[in-house]
Amino acid sequence: MSEPLVVFDNVVKRFGDFTAVHKMHLDIHEGEFLALMGPSGCGKTTTLRMLAGLEQPSEGEIRLAGQVMNDVKPHERDTPLVWQSLALFPFLNARENVEFGLKMRGADAATRKSKALNWLDRLGLADFAERPVDQLSGGQRQRVALARALVTEPQILLLDEPLSALDAHLVIRMQGELTRLQRELGITFVYVTHSQSEAFAMADRVVIMGDGVIAQTGAAREIYRNPANRFVAEFVGRNNILAGTISSIARGVAKVETPAGEFKVHLPPVRQAADGDALSFAISADLVHLTDKEPTGDNVVPCTLISEEFVGSVITLFLESADGTEFKAQVQERELANIDLKDTKTLYLSWPASSAHVLED
Amino acid sequence: MGSDRTIKWFLRGYVLLLFCFIFLPIFASLVFSFNSQRFPTVPLGSFTWHWYETIWNDPDVWDAVRTSIIVSLCTSLLATFIGFCTAYTDYRYNFRFKGGFLALALLPPTIPLIIMALAMLAWFAKIGASGQVWSIIIAHTVLTAPFAMAVIRLRLNQMDANLESAAWNLGASEWTAMREVIVPFVKPSIISAMCLTAAVSFDEFAVAWFVSGLNKTVPVIILEIVTGNIDPQVNAIGTFVFITSMTLVIIAQVLIMTREKKDAQA
Repeated sequence: MSEPLVVFDNVVKRFGDFTAVHKMHLDIHEGEFLALMGPSGCGKTTTLRMLAGLEQPSEGEIRLAGQVMNDVKPHERDTPLVWQSLALFPFLNARENVEFGLKMRGADAATRKSKALNWLDRLGLADFAERPVDQLSGGQRQRVALARALVTEPQILLLDEPLSALDAHLVIRMQGELTRLQRELGITFVYVTHSQSEAFAMADRVVIMGDGVIAQTGAAREIYRNPANRFVAEFVGRNNILAGTISSIARGVAKVETPAGEFKVHLPPVRQAADGDALSFAISADLVHLTDKEPTGDNVVPCTLISEEFVGSVITLFLESADGTEFKAQVQERELANIDLKDTKTLYLSWPASSAHVLED
Repeated sequence: MGSDRTIKWFLRGYVLLLFCFIFLPIFASLVFSFNSQRFPTVPLGSFTWHWYETIWNDPDVWDAVRTSIIVSLCTSLLATFIGFCTAYTDYRYNFRFKGGFLALALLPPTIPLIIMALAMLAWFAKIGASGQVWSIIIAHTVLTAPFAMAVIRLRLNQMDANLESAAWNLGASEWTAMREVIVPFVKPSIISAMCLTAAVSFDEFAVAWFVSGLNKTVPVIILEIVTGNIDPQVNAIGTFVFITSMTLVIIAQVLIMTREKKDAQA
């Protein structure tokens, strides 16, 4: 049974009193596009830097292709990184930047040049090979950085928020290119980002980190619909999170008493719960129904509108119930045509019990 | 509006006066170096190369120029090397007494020159090394290394914090990264530091006068010429020293400024 390409085995990283990564177990498989995602300071970049050898784990073991990497120097690894700041060498032109890794490996000048030009051509930079890097646009510099990392044909490519400095439209284009490139090369990409859209758009598997701990690992859709805990539910998507105590359970459906009212929630089969237990659950903002007349049935909250956020076809409404609990509802712009938002004092939010997703504590 | 304009003209006048104070004496010295009369008075006599010819034919001046060139060349190499090492240490490492280390490294220019010169002389005399060319080199290196460090440190601080790590990441060992990335990046500031330290060493009088012994440098020989009598030779040497130093300083400044401009565009 062969081991995954990368294994983080009980890895701890401390900086003085601060624990950046805590007892991390993570497998990264060959050929997968893995995104490490989390708010700033969650330890995602530290994890990546440990993989590149730029930080040493305080405890535990990192294995790459079966070999323990803890004491291997950065320059003895083949784990090229695409930096957030790009870190191109400003005194070299585009081609010389790309050649750098080959030069360090002792390739002769002719091989270096042809490989570098090949990569620049592949990334659409054939005409810019001899340009100083400070005369390239943001997108072009980004590609040079990619070519520089890929020219040595590594097994694994590390990317640290590489798109954060680009314009929005360029980000979308580069996402497409990165995904295509990863499929074509069939190598492992480990992509660190704080951006949900980047991680979800590209990654086969997303790892959500918070406070140095992995909060959830899974495919984008799974994480989006089934956040494991409150942290993930708050960080990912637009979730309404409610917490309360169970007042009764009947046939797998719990009635939960919360400050905003009483709600019915489907309990997952594995969940052990009894009357009086605390329970928190999330309802995704796009699964919430909005009406101006009180609907019949369960899970109804009367609310007042606080503000709205318009981003095209979808509108996010921010509402507040009588007890002050905040709610978010995402609705299609055309659905709002039937609702008079201005003159209606009370709006009603409702959702089927099956839309509520129980969170682990 | 009215007061703005007044302030503007006042400041312009101030700068003009400042430049007059600095450059008029030097300019006067330059003019008198071509003046045929022995005493620096107006009206001027005729144009002459006589004083330049005198110093050209004076073997003492030649010796002094040779000593000065050797001293300033060696000083600039040594001081720039030490300055680079100190600046890199500051850039790369954090350690317990770093504040103290930096204060020490930057200390020499703050010591009054005469004190420094006396201390150097006493020290060299004690270890039997006074009056040598290399004693002046050591003294000048101590004096100028902080300038080199300051210039190179400025450049290192402009460097992308990840640039060196990026080189390691691409397979460069620490020494290779130093050679292939750090040194090329700071090269303009290294040349600039070399020019600056050479200029300071070439001009420096107090320390050189105490330490030099028989190996006089140019500023020392100037003093000797002036102490005896009023001799327009001094104007000629002065002009030569001024032009040499200014050239070095201007090269240094241009190198620093072009880098900054390029970085601002990038």
